[in-house]
Amino acid sequence: MRLELVPRGDVSPVARVLSPVAAVAAAILIGGIIVAIMGRSPLQALQVYFVEPLTQGWALQELAIKATPLLIIAVGLSFCFRASLWNIGAEGQFIIGALTGSMVPLALHGSGAGPWVLAAGLVAGALGGLLYALIPALLRVAFGVSEILTSLMLVYVAELTLDYLVRGPWRDPKGFNFPQTVTFDWTLPYIAEGDRLHAGILIAPLVALAAWFVMRRTLFGFGIRVAGESPKAARFAGFSADRMVIAAFCISGACAGLAGIVEVFGQIHQLKPGISPGYGFTAITVAFLGRLHPAGMVFGALVVALTVIGGENAQIVMQLPLDLTRVFQGVLLMCVLAADALVSYRVRVVGGGR
Amino acid sequence: MGVWEAILITVVTAATPLLIAAMGELVVERAGVLNLGIEGMMAVGAACGFAAAILSGSTILGILAAIAAGLVLSGLFALLVLGLATNQVASGLALTILGLGLSGLIGAGFVGTQREAIPPVYIPGLTDLPGGHVLFGENPFVYFSLALAFATLWFLGRSRAGLTLRSIGENHASAHALGLPVLKVRLAAILFGGACAGLAGAYLSLVYTPFWSPGMTAGRGWIALALVVFASWRPLRLLFGAYLFGGATVLQLHAQAASLGIPSQALSAFPYVATIVALVVMSVGRRSATAPGSLGAPFVPDR
Repeated sequence: MRLELVPRGDVSPVARVLSPVAAVAAAILIGGIIVAIMGRSPLQALQVYFVEPLTQGWALQELAIKATPLLIIAVGLSFCFRASLWNIGAEGQFIIGALTGSMVPLALHGSGAGPWVLAAGLVAGALGGLLYALIPALLRVAFGVSEILTSLMLVYVAELTLDYLVRGPWRDPKGFNFPQTVTFDWTLPYIAEGDRLHAGILIAPLVALAAWFVMRRTLFGFGIRVAGESPKAARFAGFSADRMVIAAFCISGACAGLAGIVEVFGQIHQLKPGISPGYGFTAITVAFLGRLHPAGMVFGALVVALTVIGGENAQIVMQLPLDLTRVFQGVLLMCVLAADALVSYRVRVVGGGR
Repeated sequence: MGVWEAILITVVTAATPLLIAAMGELVVERAGVLNLGIEGMMAVGAACGFAAAILSGSTILGILAAIAAGLVLSGLFALLVLGLATNQVASGLALTILGLGLSGLIGAGFVGTQREAIPPVYIPGLTDLPGGHVLFGENPFVYFSLALAFATLWFLGRSRAGLTLRSIGENHASAHALGLPVLKVRLAAILFGGACAGLAGAYLSLVYTPFWSPGMTAGRGWIALALVVFASWRPLRLLFGAYLFGGATVLQLHAQAASLGIPSQALSAFPYVATIVALVVMSVGRRSATAPGSLGAPFVPDR
């Protein structure tokens, strides 16, 4: 028995939009089965994961806070993925962005410098992520080394660098030996009551909008899309493949770095180990769930952020482990990929043959 | 047993899981499929293997459970990339995310549980020779991994089925036109890779540590993937690369113990940086493509 794929001629835009929605539904169904296997009530889990967070004010704020880094990183990644470049090291670029961005407030700590420290920090963060992403890009262009493996290896290096700095040279001398830096003098202002919702959440939609403009309205964006869909055509059209690699990695690295420093300036207000609960990897799911389209990725970031908050909620209310959320995110990505295939191909089950 | 003998044994111990997982992936990639899910399959293998061994009290059942887990996960991957022709990179990443989460769920009840490691095989006479502990005093996994390496070498280079697998990996369209069963061979290769990754996971939780802790694979699945590239997709070079890498890991552990004034994080980062450097060095020497021609490309047979 095997599956036979027959390409569909024309795919309606409606089907393209609905396929991620169907994927979410399928993933929820599979997640429910897993919860049932664990001997818990799938209906209660559904309520705790996906309904409760949407009906409470604090949780809606949390949703925006969690969706912010996911969206910024995913938007950056979409430039790479569209060009069929596999930057899977956004987690590392996120951490390095948080590090380089924090250098500014750390250097000026207690100096009474004005709020321009924040602006300088955000720029430094984006720049740090960009430079870190440049390593796999240059290695690919200069030596033909697979960007998949180098970008991933650099995640571990970034994590260890952060660990070294907050335990060593950057540790707060008055911090009772905790591995953390001083609390920064300046942090992003809050824009709602409750002191959770920070101004950084405004950056994410701006980044998505800018990405939409670049992708749809500039020659560069066109080049990226052509390079992904037909490298040969891109070459004939005179787009330099090497330059595309460098540019796509720079954009995605800058976005991941920006997300890192926004997270630190908006939420954490200092550096310490574990500043990212795997946002850089989770954003890959967001990018595909949004079909690499800026508007789609807004939807994707909100859905995935909901699973993150739902997961925390389920841990408190139902004592369900956080790993269940990771399982769900993996299942979700698989469902998205499968749904995309079902939109492009008619699938028939055929007996025998090869 | 002298100091050098002890060090060599630890090198072999560190290299064996890399060798098993990477040898599986090498066969998968020679068939033209890139499976980035090794890390996830290893983690689930480690968790399932340990859980089954504790629950049943049998090491053999633990190993079988780990292999079964690898088969199931790789079967899921095959359904996606072969059945539905999905993007292999994204599907493999999904498999890793899923696997790391699943391993946490499966292993949750076993955190902190200790178990006796599988004892080394003692061969009377041979083990007692000078240096004999390195060659003849290892645990069964080590002998298996060596057998696996030479069996793969023979299979790919000398057998008809291996030739078929390689031609499918080089050019799936031509292979299909010749009437070779592209998807069937790829399915078999993916399942083989999954079994190897599961087994490598079992080695970690049943021999190497021997306990279960979350995240215990610590990037070994990714390093196994890098080793395949480092080895230019050749089994003997992979064998050499795995031991070289095992040596680097042990060197780093000894340096940490010796406290040379280097930050421990820098030493911990060494294997990952070494991997990057190794990949660069390997690719400087060869500008011509040595990767299987169809590697990573989805295949939809026309009728």
